[in-house]
Amino acid sequence: MQTYDLEANGLRGLNSALQELNGSSNKTAWEIVNPKGSHAIAVGLNSPVEVTVKGSTGYYCAGMNQQATVRVEGSVGPGVAENMMSGTVIVEGDASQYAGATGHGGLLVIKGNASSRCGISMKGIDIVVHGNIGHMCAFMGQAGNLVVLGDAGDALGDSCYEARFFVRGSVKSLGADCIEKEMRPEHIEILKDLLARAGADAKPEEFKRYGSARKLYNFDVDNAQAY
Amino acid sequence: MDSNNIPRTVPIQSATFSNPINAEIRRASATGIYDIRGGGAKRKVPHFDDLLFLGASISRYPLEGYREKCETKVTLGTRFAKKPIELDIPITIAGMSFGALSGPAKEALGRGASAAGTSTTTGDGGMTPEERGHSTKLVYQYLPSRYGMNPDDLRKADAIEVVVGQGAKPGGGGMLLGQKISDRVAEMRTLPKGIDQRSACRHPDWTGPDDLEIKILELREITDWQVPIYIKVGGTRPYYDTALAVKAGADVVVLDGMQGGTAATQDVFIEHVGLPTLACIRPAVQALQDLGVHREVQLVVSGGIRTGADVAKAMALGADAVAIGTAALIALGDNDPKWESEYQKLGTTTGAYDDWHEGKDPAGITTQDAELMKRLDPVDAGRRLRNYLKVMTLEAQTIARACGHNHLHNLEPEDLCALTMEAAAMARVPLAGTDWYPGKAGF
Repeated sequence: MQTYDLEANGLRGLNSALQELNGSSNKTAWEIVNPKGSHAIAVGLNSPVEVTVKGSTGYYCAGMNQQATVRVEGSVGPGVAENMMSGTVIVEGDASQYAGATGHGGLLVIKGNASSRCGISMKGIDIVVHGNIGHMCAFMGQAGNLVVLGDAGDALGDSCYEARFFVRGSVKSLGADCIEKEMRPEHIEILKDLLARAGADAKPEEFKRYGSARKLYNFDVDNAQAY
Repeated sequence: MDSNNIPRTVPIQSATFSNPINAEIRRASATGIYDIRGGGAKRKVPHFDDLLFLGASISRYPLEGYREKCETKVTLGTRFAKKPIELDIPITIAGMSFGALSGPAKEALGRGASAAGTSTTTGDGGMTPEERGHSTKLVYQYLPSRYGMNPDDLRKADAIEVVVGQGAKPGGGGMLLGQKISDRVAEMRTLPKGIDQRSACRHPDWTGPDDLEIKILELREITDWQVPIYIKVGGTRPYYDTALAVKAGADVVVLDGMQGGTAATQDVFIEHVGLPTLACIRPAVQALQDLGVHREVQLVVSGGIRTGADVAKAMALGADAVAIGTAALIALGDNDPKWESEYQKLGTTTGAYDDWHEGKDPAGITTQDAELMKRLDPVDAGRRLRNYLKVMTLEAQTIARACGHNHLHNLEPEDLCALTMEAAAMARVPLAGTDWYPGKAGF
């Protein structure tokens, strides 16, 4: 286990050391102490390293992650795991706005609540939120799965494309062109797998599925009020 | 005269309800949709044509055009980046996406820019291998949609341009109609084929300059602080936007006036939102000067740059470099008279074709149609672009030498005068034959 004191040694040294790992190093487990809400911790990683952040972080923790597993033992600021490509990011606490924004792949697990715009413009990432999510989540979501064990705020899935949303609790309102959809066997399987990987104690049958009605895919002036 | 030889009032067209306006009213009432088109503002606005260079005389000493050197090199990104971009000429190629443009067109832009020693820029939709392969200096745009965005391509870039807005539609997002969403474009953007693809007007994970500063920190951390980070804004509030871009940590500010083109947006947006390029430059330079970073944070100006004279005028007003988009497409072959019969079939004519979003471009540039694309030879088109860039550079050098400067960067506002009151006010250079411009104190 490599221990890195962020307060003492600085951000550049940390990210530089983590980014240099290429999969052949024996330094496969890192612990970051004294994060103290710093921004851009463990960004741009591209190796199967395990990173544990001992405390809360600021903006963009684990941004653009590839392959790495980043666990935050605290809460995270805006944009955790933004544009993630692969790997896993686990947040033990809550997440601020834009969690998993534009992510292309990988798994983001938030064990607390996520604020507004979680999964905005998601492009293939899987996000599992154990608690509730705020408003405008998965706005323009293109691909991937957003699983919410709690409740969803206003305008879930507004203007979404092909992303899927599974919510166990209530949905305050659905966004433009987002509708409830039939939960078919293949969706139960997807959900079962995601819940297991996210360590979530819930049954797939308890969820409802939402997604695009595909009515706004091509412009029609009669839908102008929806835009 | 009527049959009784009494004079009659001649028919008078309304200046307010002109034939083009009336035609648009009829088109809107028939279709129920606003007009979408490509390109930039077509209306006449004060522009570089309204400025003149004074040239050398007794009080200024010219340089010999065929003997004395006039440097054109420019370095962009000297503020924070470990590897600033060094260009042979101060004319760059503006961001235009693969998707809006065909693959051969993007290749041609890369070839032409590289041969002339300058950079080209990706667009909404990500970086293609062809574009990277043919561009010795490639700027990677970081846009609100993040289509195709990935850290591997980010690290392949020679600079990153965070796009906040563009001159054709400041405050607006984008639209790529379904006709141009081919299999490849759809795959790059993670979208279903054939849908109308929307691009958001705001970035998904930051709002305001304080957030942007942190976003830039993240981008620098991911790219090891190697490459310059540009911030591109549409011309609206150039003083404040430039100041805030500097505050957020930009190495380079790219400022795009309303004549700057777009692949597709509403005509009403293009013609009625934003500032003419001429009106943007001096406030932006003023902001850089007030913050003590003029020339340390470089300013790239775009929007209606067509000739070496435009380049020289933009630089005299304080820009470090310019970017061209529409002009580069014309150099490749866009709106070429040889396609006139086909333009007519599309209901338009050479020079007026702007339905780039429909994907039917006879020149094979703004299309994803496999047959139309074949019409553009990227090698020939790249050569034309190189020639054009060289000519513009020679023209700018000619003017700079005539004004007594041995580097294009030494051009200054004192080299200029204005032909109109409007241009004098916007460019803050004297009206021709006077030592006054509107707004100048002491008069």
